[in-house]
Amino acid sequence: MATLKEVQSKIVSVKKTKQITSAMKMVATSRLRGAQNRMEAFEPYASKFAEVLGSIAGKSGEDASPLLVPREEVKKVALILCTSDRGLCGGFNNNLIYKAEQLIESELQGKDVSFICFGKRGRDWAKKTPFSIEDEYVGVVGGNIEFSVASTSGQKLVDSFLDGAVDEVYLIYSQFENMAKQIPTIKQVLPISSLGDMVGTIEVDAGDQFLPEHICEPSSEVLLGEMLPKNIFIQIYDALLQTSTSEHGARMRAMENATKACEDMVNELQTIYNKTRQAGITSDLMDIVGGAEALKG
Amino acid sequence: MAEKLFLEVVTPLKAVVSEEVELVVAPGSEGEFGALKGHTTFLTSLKMGALRYKDLKGKERLLFINGGFAEVLPDKVTILAESAERRKDIDVARAQQAKERAEKRLVDKASDLDFVRAEVALRKAIDRIKISGIK
Repeated sequence: MATLKEVQSKIVSVKKTKQITSAMKMVATSRLRGAQNRMEAFEPYASKFAEVLGSIAGKSGEDASPLLVPREEVKKVALILCTSDRGLCGGFNNNLIYKAEQLIESELQGKDVSFICFGKRGRDWAKKTPFSIEDEYVGVVGGNIEFSVASTSGQKLVDSFLDGAVDEVYLIYSQFENMAKQIPTIKQVLPISSLGDMVGTIEVDAGDQFLPEHICEPSSEVLLGEMLPKNIFIQIYDALLQTSTSEHGARMRAMENATKACEDMVNELQTIYNKTRQAGITSDLMDIVGGAEALKG
Repeated sequence: MAEKLFLEVVTPLKAVVSEEVELVVAPGSEGEFGALKGHTTFLTSLKMGALRYKDLKGKERLLFINGGFAEVLPDKVTILAESAERRKDIDVARAQQAKERAEKRLVDKASDLDFVRAEVALRKAIDRIKISGIK
């Protein structure tokens, strides 16, 4: 059995750990709020963009832009992997990495994969794979993300797609559902699978009403050509925002669980401490009583 | 009083303007255009430059926008810009610095890419300074 002192120092150390985890939880909570605000602020832009895009996309054919045309033979695939820079957020990063592994094993078997990594965790994993890392962005996810990050990286991808350096681009990120649920998601970015999918229901809602009279300047094809790459930037930006928010959500939960576990542990240790103390007192008493008896006799 | 139309300027970071106005003048890629209520539906890309609008009190307001798209409907104008700044938010000192920096780079004639970027930066800075100077 552990001595009193040992148990006590253990209690102190677990309490200290608890302090750290509960502080981290509070930090994650406030960051989560910030990230959620950014996500909400972005929403009007994204939905408006989709609406406008939908109304011109309806006018143009499926082959209006080279970004829409699937390659006959897919050899080179780029994966945009969004993870966090820091750990201590439960299975968050592992879930995303697992998703990437699965995708590579199932659909991308034998293809030339390259990574574009947002976040340190994903990059560290990608380094261990036999595939190359095209680009890495550290210090983006989880902080104040600038739109220019998404447009720079997106432009590079669009260029390499048009050059033929890449045949398909996938985005792996964490969709933020709510505090308790973050879903690792795979999305095909290039070639743009279908205009209908991209704009979703909005096209049906608004597009039909004013579609015929829209005057476009320059022509709708030119506009579409300008908007499609932008739409990719928007998707990347959205993925980054979602991943950031998810990261903070996941960390908050992980830290909450850790704090609870610490509490349980302190309680347990406290019981052991009390028992040990009591046992000590009992045996001391026995000694005294025994000694007194011996003197009498 | 002129009839009003609704102006919305949204960027990825936030909605910058969302109010009723009398008149909007925007820098279309094929030339500057004005929109009043009843304008035909119209879609265009935008150049970097000044977006002007007259609010309901008849006061003219200015915004610097960095490219984007505009959708004009009879009673609503939506501007999708990558960034937009109200005149009072423009940091003139910073723009001035950026201008000098860009000018220096243009004189130095570095590599091609830098040249293009410097030119864009210079235009951006000049536009910002111009807008902040208009009374």
